Amino acid sequence: MEKKEFNYFDKPENIKRLKIISYIALALTVVIDFFVVRKYVHFSWENVPGFYALFGFIACVLIIVLAKFLGHKWLMKREDYYD
Amino acid sequence: MINSMPPGLIFIFGAILIPLLRGRVRQAYLLLVPIVAYVNLLNIPEGSGFILNFLGYELILGKVDKLSMVFGHVFVIMSFIGFIYSIHLKDSGQHVAAFLYIGGSLGVTFAGDFITLFIFWEIMALSSTYLIWARRTRESDGAGFRYLLVHLLGGLCLLVGIIMNVSTTGSTAFNLMQLNNLAAYLILIGFILNAAVPPFSAWLSDAYPEATVTGAVFLSAFTTKTAVYVLIRAFPGTELLVWLGAVMAFYGVIFAVLANDIRRLLAYHIISQVGYMVAGVGIGTTMALNGAASHAFSHILYKGLLFMGAGAVLYMTGKSKLTELGGLYKTMPITLTLYMIGGFSISAFPLFSGFVSKSMVVTAAADQHLTMIWLLLSISSAGTFLHTGLKLPYFTWFAKDSGIRAKEPPINMLIAMAIASFLCIFIGVYPSALYSLLPYDVLYEPYTAEHVVWTLQVLLFTALGFFMLLKKVGGEPYITLDTDWFYRKGASGFMWVLNNPMAKFGAKIARVAFETIPSSLSWISKNPMAVLKIASDTVLLQFAVPEKREEIKHRIEMEKKIYPGDIIMHWPIGTVVLWVILFLLAYLLIYYL
Repeated sequence: MEKKEFNYFDKPENIKRLKIISYIALALTVVIDFFVVRKYVHFSWENVPGFYALFGFIACVLIIVLAKFLGHKWLMKREDYYD
Repeated sequence: MINSMPPGLIFIFGAILIPLLRGRVRQAYLLLVPIVAYVNLLNIPEGSGFILNFLGYELILGKVDKLSMVFGHVFVIMSFIGFIYSIHLKDSGQHVAAFLYIGGSLGVTFAGDFITLFIFWEIMALSSTYLIWARRTRESDGAGFRYLLVHLLGGLCLLVGIIMNVSTTGSTAFNLMQLNNLAAYLILIGFILNAAVPPFSAWLSDAYPEATVTGAVFLSAFTTKTAVYVLIRAFPGTELLVWLGAVMAFYGVIFAVLANDIRRLLAYHIISQVGYMVAGVGIGTTMALNGAASHAFSHILYKGLLFMGAGAVLYMTGKSKLTELGGLYKTMPITLTLYMIGGFSISAFPLFSGFVSKSMVVTAAADQHLTMIWLLLSISSAGTFLHTGLKLPYFTWFAKDSGIRAKEPPINMLIAMAIASFLCIFIGVYPSALYSLLPYDVLYEPYTAEHVVWTLQVLLFTALGFFMLLKKVGGEPYITLDTDWFYRKGASGFMWVLNNPMAKFGAKIARVAFETIPSSLSWISKNPMAVLKIASDTVLLQFAVPEKREEIKHRIEMEKKIYPGDIIMHWPIGTVVLWVILFLLAYLLIYYL
């Protein structure tokens, strides 16, 4: 075990660096949207810059909340349920 | 003289040799057959070929056009990748089953008539079951049986539909169908059962996670995609399919949230992704049908890749539950990287295959102003990345350190994953390679500025949501109810009914028939006259005046007490002889009259 283990993601400073990069990427996708020339627009909301950022976020939260709600109230059973 | 042969038969006849070969020779053979099949595919002429006569019907084994070719290509490519992945297996039964299964899929793809289609359809069902049973666990035995029964039921539905269709139209040709009679509905049910359209989807999420590590890779590719193929062929533009597909895409995503087993999570995402294809078939425009076919093509490759990655984790750690995994990035970084290429492809990141295929279906929905459909498909897109690209890899390779220090899988598994990864990126970067195979001319341009930016917005902000809800999204050690509840609980309910009320009822019938009735008959036969007397006294009791009642009651009691009584006293021998003579006389009279 003298070979050093690959543990990049266990170091807080690396996680911090990745977080900063991620936030910049998030901001960038929204900022660029203000300058994008729209060739094909199917729905009126597509003219709103950053709409899809909000859409993605809400969709993600909605899926998690809805699924976990259904799961805890109804669908999830102990692993030996069918035994 | 013979330049080509039916693609399915290469694999089906090829399976015969496998048990006879050993070691390196067998390994070479497993890879050689897909290569031969591919060369054969490139040389096969367009049109209807390989026609056999069977009981007066024409069996067309080689209906070749662009639509069957696009599926033929990807099936053969995937078989090659799958055999590299499973080449280390010593179990020749699994190789034979995989050959028959692939042969069945290709047979369906190139079938020009319903009889051929049905035969290959059933070959698929039977051979694929073995890939589940071969894991030889209690769970895989049960799941395999359920899988087989559901598919035999679906096959039966299809068969009845085919027979009705052939008897009304007089033709066995497999072609465009109108959904306006029972036969067409039965055939459609047979098809969508294999496409895993809810409520006929539970067989997939039930069985695939229980299959062998390598078997699941094959399973993920063929059954649902042949179903998509036959739907494109027979039912394009069927409105029902638009809704089924969109709901299916969303349903798969919701259920994937609740999955704890990594391969079950991926299985639910097969259902979700096939939902896009089914919706595309239903929309039925040339762009939507192109989208369905191209998405099937890229789906087979990236889903195979994802199942290979999850299979590698299972193979090396022996575990497949999110709650038991974690921290594997330290020792399995190559597997992680290759898995993530599949994850980015299914999530439709720009430069990966899903981006150029899935968006065709979604755009086709928008073009037709199907806003609800578009919304369901777009939300499901976010959910796809959420699970396959974030949740599964995060809780498998990162999150907590589970203490597992599993090594990278064998080199053949990594090579297979690398080939699939290359193709996923190749299609994403150079989509015209895929588009040129599609059944219709492609007028779609995936790489526009707004499409790239909007896609990235959806995906990156999905990731933001994931990390904000990190504590809530992890796997939980539970199983999820699905429509298999009806036959799993239904079967045990049926057995309970048999074992309890039905068994009690049966016992009662036995008691009455074999105890109560015979014993009372023997009681009566001891002295029938006395019984008649008791009976007549009992009747008399009902009509007697009150003052006589006590007396009659007393008499009945006495009669019962002395029963059967002294028979000889009441039946002197002379009386008996008299009766015998009377009967003989009556007999003589009847005889002579």
